[in-house]
Amino acid sequence: MKDVLEKIKAEALSVAEDLKDLKGLDELRVKLLGKKGSLTAALKSLGGLSAEERPAMGQMINEVRAEIETLLSKKQEELGSLAMNLALKSEKLDVTMPGTRPYELGKKHPMTLVTDELKDIFIGLGYEVAEGPEIEEEYYSFDALNTPKHHPARDEQDTFYVEAASPCCFVLRTQTSPVQVRTMESRKPPIKIIAPGRVFRKDEVDATHSPVFHQLEGLVVDKGITMGDLKGALSLFAKELFGGSVKTRFRPHYFPFTEPSAEMDVSCFACEGRGCRICKGSGWIELLGCGMVHPKVLSMSGIDPQIYTGFAFGMGLERVAMQRYNITDMRLLYENDVRFLKQF
Amino acid sequence: MNIPINWLKDYVDIDLETDEIAEGLTMSGTKVEAVEYRGKDFRNVVTGKITKIEKHPDADKLVVCQVDIGKGKAVQIVTGATNVAVGDFVPAALDGAILAEGKKIKNSALRGVESQGMLCSIEELGYTKADYPEAPEDGIYIFQNEVELGVCALELLQIKEDIIEFEITGNRPDCFSVIGIGREIAAAFDKKLKYPEITVDEVKGEGAADYVNIEINSPDLCPRYAARVVKNVKIEESPLWLRHKLSCSGIRPVNNIVDITNYVMLELGQPLHAFDLTGVADGKIIVRNAADGEMITTLDGVERKLDSSMLVIADPVKAIAVAGVMGGENSMILGNSAAVIFESANFNGPNIRQTSKKLGIRTDASSKYEKGLDPNISMDALNRCAQLVNLLGCGEVIEGVVDCYPQPRHERQVGFDPARINALLGTNISEKDMYAYLGRLGISAADKKAAIPTFRADLEMEADIAEEIGRIYGYNNIETTLGSGGQTAGKLNQKQHIERLIKTNMTAMGFSEAMGYSFESPKVFDMLRLPADSKLRESAVVRNPLGEDFSVMRTTTLNNMLKSLSTNYNRRVDEAMLFELSKVYLPKALPLTELPDEVDMLSIAFYSKDKKKDFYYLKGVCEAFFEAVGIGNKIQVEPEINLPFMHPGRCAVLSAFGGGIGFLGEVHPEVLKTYEIGQKVYLAAIVCDMIYEKANLTKAYKPLPKYPAITRDIAMVVGDDTLSSQVENIIRKRGGKLLESVKLFDVYKGEQVGEGLKSMAYSIAFRAADKTLTDDEVGEKMETILTSLEKELKANLRDK
Repeated sequence: MKDVLEKIKAEALSVAEDLKDLKGLDELRVKLLGKKGSLTAALKSLGGLSAEERPAMGQMINEVRAEIETLLSKKQEELGSLAMNLALKSEKLDVTMPGTRPYELGKKHPMTLVTDELKDIFIGLGYEVAEGPEIEEEYYSFDALNTPKHHPARDEQDTFYVEAASPCCFVLRTQTSPVQVRTMESRKPPIKIIAPGRVFRKDEVDATHSPVFHQLEGLVVDKGITMGDLKGALSLFAKELFGGSVKTRFRPHYFPFTEPSAEMDVSCFACEGRGCRICKGSGWIELLGCGMVHPKVLSMSGIDPQIYTGFAFGMGLERVAMQRYNITDMRLLYENDVRFLKQF
Repeated sequence: MNIPINWLKDYVDIDLETDEIAEGLTMSGTKVEAVEYRGKDFRNVVTGKITKIEKHPDADKLVVCQVDIGKGKAVQIVTGATNVAVGDFVPAALDGAILAEGKKIKNSALRGVESQGMLCSIEELGYTKADYPEAPEDGIYIFQNEVELGVCALELLQIKEDIIEFEITGNRPDCFSVIGIGREIAAAFDKKLKYPEITVDEVKGEGAADYVNIEINSPDLCPRYAARVVKNVKIEESPLWLRHKLSCSGIRPVNNIVDITNYVMLELGQPLHAFDLTGVADGKIIVRNAADGEMITTLDGVERKLDSSMLVIADPVKAIAVAGVMGGENSMILGNSAAVIFESANFNGPNIRQTSKKLGIRTDASSKYEKGLDPNISMDALNRCAQLVNLLGCGEVIEGVVDCYPQPRHERQVGFDPARINALLGTNISEKDMYAYLGRLGISAADKKAAIPTFRADLEMEADIAEEIGRIYGYNNIETTLGSGGQTAGKLNQKQHIERLIKTNMTAMGFSEAMGYSFESPKVFDMLRLPADSKLRESAVVRNPLGEDFSVMRTTTLNNMLKSLSTNYNRRVDEAMLFELSKVYLPKALPLTELPDEVDMLSIAFYSKDKKKDFYYLKGVCEAFFEAVGIGNKIQVEPEINLPFMHPGRCAVLSAFGGGIGFLGEVHPEVLKTYEIGQKVYLAAIVCDMIYEKANLTKAYKPLPKYPAITRDIAMVVGDDTLSSQVENIIRKRGGKLLESVKLFDVYKGEQVGEGLKSMAYSIAFRAADKTLTDDEVGEKMETILTSLEKELKANLRDK
């Protein structure tokens, strides 16, 4: 018996040594420990032994069995990891092949991106967003903004007029400034708004002109607002838009609806003020018009200029978008070629 | 406006580089657009005298000149020019010279003969014959008179000049002059303005009034008319200094009389006109409105028809000039003009502007007049003109001036409070400094009052004074402050928030944002097959459009979507998926009696080669959109067969909150043909105003289910016209509270179900919140559902 057990053990060891895969291991397990396995047979043969012999032999069989089981499970682990490694190897992918996308994302229009960016800057500075009609009364477009009756801006050459029954006189607004007036008429200071929107001027369509374009207007009215505040607010805005190192300067200018009036230049972002083609060598780029709200505009809008002062500013958005995204032809903005739109 | 720097320096002693002056002016409000440094790099061109000319030994077309360049020096220069002769004084570019277009001159040998430079033409010195009429058509410039040898020819010919281009704002007509800009330089750099001393030598005996008398019939359009008479006029070329100033300012020299008027116009800002005395019948000048249909041939030889809104200068028989715009041919200065009337007048700016627009002529004079000039400069200008006639010796100035100026304009007083000005600017400028700043601008101020000279009509009130003080103090010296005024919360309102949400959701679903013009052609209505009485044809109309294509304010966004898809399709783009959130303009009545409604529309449109992108794809996008704005369960969808631009069998109207809010579907093939799109197009248009108002962004958590759902699948054959919504409504109604979801998972039409029929399969889920449902409970519900379907829709249930 003992010899048999030794033999089983020796065979198990030698067969296990040569095993190549899990299938062989299973066969070995069946051969040894299966119903008809050699060790099972040995166990069965215990019945033929005397009561004295049985415990010793039983113990011996169990020891051999334990040894074999340890051997097999060790082998199982070895061969298992071998098999997994083979499988992993065979499952190798070309990870440089393109990914499968659920679908392509759409893109917001560059004008929306720029407008939203500016809105967010001003919202962060405490401004609300105001809106007004695009077909506008002549009164709000010109008269209430202190534009003289014979000012060239009112010419049919520059402003689109909309047919209306007399005495109505409607125009396509040439600037977002009418929103200033409508806002001042409808609420009391403190007023702190921006009004982005679509405006119209009678320019033929070409690479740098469009009869439809966008502006962003701003208005702050309260007691004690100064030109220093105007400079502070707009310089901060410029830093938010172009980065902390941008410089600003304010030049006197003329607008009928502000007095004093100014234009704000920012240091050229292409050459950082050294002078280049983009800034025509000056180192500065004109960004916006601004000024202290004209006392006549305040009174016409129902705000007492003896008590309140304010500042206003306005800027074209196309130029910002075109500079930001390197767009050289304005017509692209209205063609809606998806190959253009998807670039943003 | 272009002005040479050296002209400006005649009126202000300023010893700064041109770019420093330009910077100072820009920052004080007179914006310099550009500076042209004419002849800046030119050098080493001297005056020389040709002492000997010999043929070139080896070249027929060249000659060898010996040129005396003074101080005992001479050079040998080979030239191909044929207009030089011994004794001529010429500009000679020597070794190392730089000329126009960067041309460099070096000692060299031409066909073996040494040449120590080049003789120059006026073009090589950067000018043209128009600037230097004495220069030959083609050849070397030859000095008219003997000149000192060996001196800088560039200086002698006034070749070098810095020319500043200014942007003058509409409120400062006084700055459309050299003296006006001079005044700004004086103010900006705290210098004294040297106004020209104007004196006139008159010929005594006769008086101007003996030759000319003036009658103003339209005093509102002509506040002042002054004239002088010059006799024994000698029409000649003007001297170089005068021509140089004109040509550097962008005005072509003509002859001495015309040049004088232009010179004074540039210098003082007052346009002048010269009439040939013989062209003015009886020497009588009448300023009157033109008769309707009156004709005049202007200086440019064009016959023009006038109307009664226009002002003319006339004699008793005819119009001799369109006032302030252009003179008449009948009284123009010619080479043989012997006596001349100089006009220095003031006209109503807006009227001149209208006339110039109506006639389509814009002249230097009209562009100055239209801004509104100070009538008080007329007299100085007229006398300055006479002074120049004296100086040039080109005529005899008759004694006296005829001046018609019924209501002289006077200096005005504008009061201001220095404290308020400091409060407005955010500065702390002393009262004394304020007066000084104003003084620098020619405004005398004291005791909180400023005396506004008549050339500054733009200064009306305290705020205007504040700007003058601010700009001389320097805007950039105003301290930057933040946070004056009350605190406000910055935010988007609900509408603006939803707008953003819409755009974010649409892009997330694969659509890119389009942008269209607000106006389009009325032809669009036909392209969209709109019937004659369609409400969409009632559009606001642009009275003065850029052309028919931009003439009506859009009432629908369809055209832009289709046009954009067509652009993409015809550029061979495989797939275009676009949305636009934009306004349409809907008149309440026509013609407009109040502003139209401006309604925000969301338009969604696509074509694609991908067959999965069909009607239901579009519908899915719309459903997802409505869900995103929290109104997914408020939308009703019904078939729509009457939209002329849509496929009648593949179109649905969307309604919610008691009204229609849009439609979706496949575009009509006729319309696609019109737009030249060879693919099916799916398009939806949704009115957003109601969505802004009703969007529900409130979120509330519902507990996750604790008990399992039981699902039953059913399939039925129904009539082909039966709508899925009908089936679903019945299932929902009969399913009651326990019904959790209904999903259509298969639709089949074909032989197996038979003609006019279709098979539909639904998956129905039931769930209770408080227990596990039993088969019996669900079976009972299913039974009611099936009975209803059979009864109401004549559904034939399969595999029942």
